[in-house]
Amino acid sequence: MATEARTPYYPDELRYTKEHEWVRAQGDGTALVGITFFAQDQLGDVVYLNLPAPGSSLAQTGKLGEVESVKAVSDIFAPVSGQVMEVNQEVVAHPELVNQDPYGKGWLLRVRLSDPKELAKLMAAKQYQAMLAAEGH
Amino acid sequence: METLHSVQGDNQKTLAARHPALTTVQGASYHRGSLLHIRGLMAAPAEPLSRTCLYQAHRELGAKMVPFAGWEMPIQYTSILTEARAVRSSAGIFDVSHMGRLRFQGQGATAWLDRLLTQDVAGLASGRARYGFILDQAGGILDDVIVYRLGEDDLLLVCNAANRPAVLDWLARWTHLAPTVRSWDITQDTAMIAYQGPKVLGRVDAVAQVSGLRPFAVADTVVKAGGASGQGWVSRTGYTGEDGVEFVVPASLGPTLWRTLMDQGAAPCGLGARDVLRLEAALPLHGHDIDRTTTPLEAGLMRFVAMGKADFLGKEALEKQQASGLRRKLAGFQLLARGIPRPGCRLLAEGREVGAVTSGGYSPTLDRDIGMGYVAAELAVAGAHIAVDIRGRAVPTEIVPLPFYSRRRG
Repeated sequence: MATEARTPYYPDELRYTKEHEWVRAQGDGTALVGITFFAQDQLGDVVYLNLPAPGSSLAQTGKLGEVESVKAVSDIFAPVSGQVMEVNQEVVAHPELVNQDPYGKGWLLRVRLSDPKELAKLMAAKQYQAMLAAEGH
Repeated sequence: METLHSVQGDNQKTLAARHPALTTVQGASYHRGSLLHIRGLMAAPAEPLSRTCLYQAHRELGAKMVPFAGWEMPIQYTSILTEARAVRSSAGIFDVSHMGRLRFQGQGATAWLDRLLTQDVAGLASGRARYGFILDQAGGILDDVIVYRLGEDDLLLVCNAANRPAVLDWLARWTHLAPTVRSWDITQDTAMIAYQGPKVLGRVDAVAQVSGLRPFAVADTVVKAGGASGQGWVSRTGYTGEDGVEFVVPASLGPTLWRTLMDQGAAPCGLGARDVLRLEAALPLHGHDIDRTTTPLEAGLMRFVAMGKADFLGKEALEKQQASGLRRKLAGFQLLARGIPRPGCRLLAEGREVGAVTSGGYSPTLDRDIGMGYVAAELAVAGAHIAVDIRGRAVPTEIVPLPFYSRRRG
């Protein structure tokens, strides 16, 4: 009865940061933001998310919020600049979704991109996996 | 059939024999940092870590291993919350072989420990165990321990892994009071497995005939597992707030017993689940909720101190503190808004600092954020309102009665 996804996976259509966030461009000038399989696996059971309110401005690489697991608290950094359009209320109420479905129901924020070109600066899935491998994971 | 007695014979030490100090790394503390740095969850130990006889079993189960009190221990196998829920609803097993196990025998052993421990050791019947403290002369808590009376002058002391060297040093200071008492450190020669959960008592007879074992009773009995067997102790004790037993068996039997209990349906549980469960049951963790700077009076643990005894180390200091009154008390609290109170977070009342969190976290059983900490005595009253300062955010919090969870209350 595992409550978390157990096999690492990194979808090709996402972009990744070295701080283990992901971005999914929605094609309408907005993007979804979350944390990667690796991040949730290292944190263990996520029990609380401290996320910015809708309307907040994000600057790429600035602190976005915090994710707390049973054993650790970590800062989350903004992978892109923009304005927070929507906070995933389901994940706020059920933080375990970050563990169970990090790229699906476990998304954190929907952001209106202020500079879509920033996406190109982020890593593709293969680059991100290569970075993890280089770090010994 | 290997017996504990033959194992112990090889390892006799005098009380005065000093133990090499072990590195202590507090695995119960939490990590703070960015996601970038989470892979270094625990600081690298300065000295090689000890491994229990179950180390290989943990690795084969895919456990995440961490340094804890000088030992390389599993923090989780699947997920901390899944393991905690297994113990509350069914059964779980914990490797607690890192905990110190010291045996004392010889004329005067019982009277001697009665002087050094707060619990009534002299009044403890053979086959019974009791929880209490080793205090210094100032009433500070050197360690919290369970003493098992195995016979007239035959006792087993179970202490915290991190404190084993300090406990051995402390006991060595008082050997002049007990020239005929011999001691054995049987920590490395034995395995200790906690088997905890509502289904444990219905299953344990398959490995040890201990039906009718009462709470805090200990049986000296044959433990059978996977075709092997050994003499061991089985006690109805634990550190989870759930019913269950703890085994002390020869180290050679440990892995087989572990596997047999898993085959009975027990979920392997790590230190993470153990910390969650003990917090819900408001069982103190030495080094966090109690330490040498706190007394059992301040911690609200006087039910484990036999003040009626003629004398014990620390009694005079406790009497003085009782007479002069307490400035601070350990209190339990629950947050009234979401947030995770971590050890070290400040406790506030009307904006002023009134204490600090010693233990805290998310309770899966209660689905609440809970914690304990020392507050000014006048605030340690159920219903009092305070706040926890979580990295600059003052989260409204209410003092509540302890324990947070009791299996009788549910």
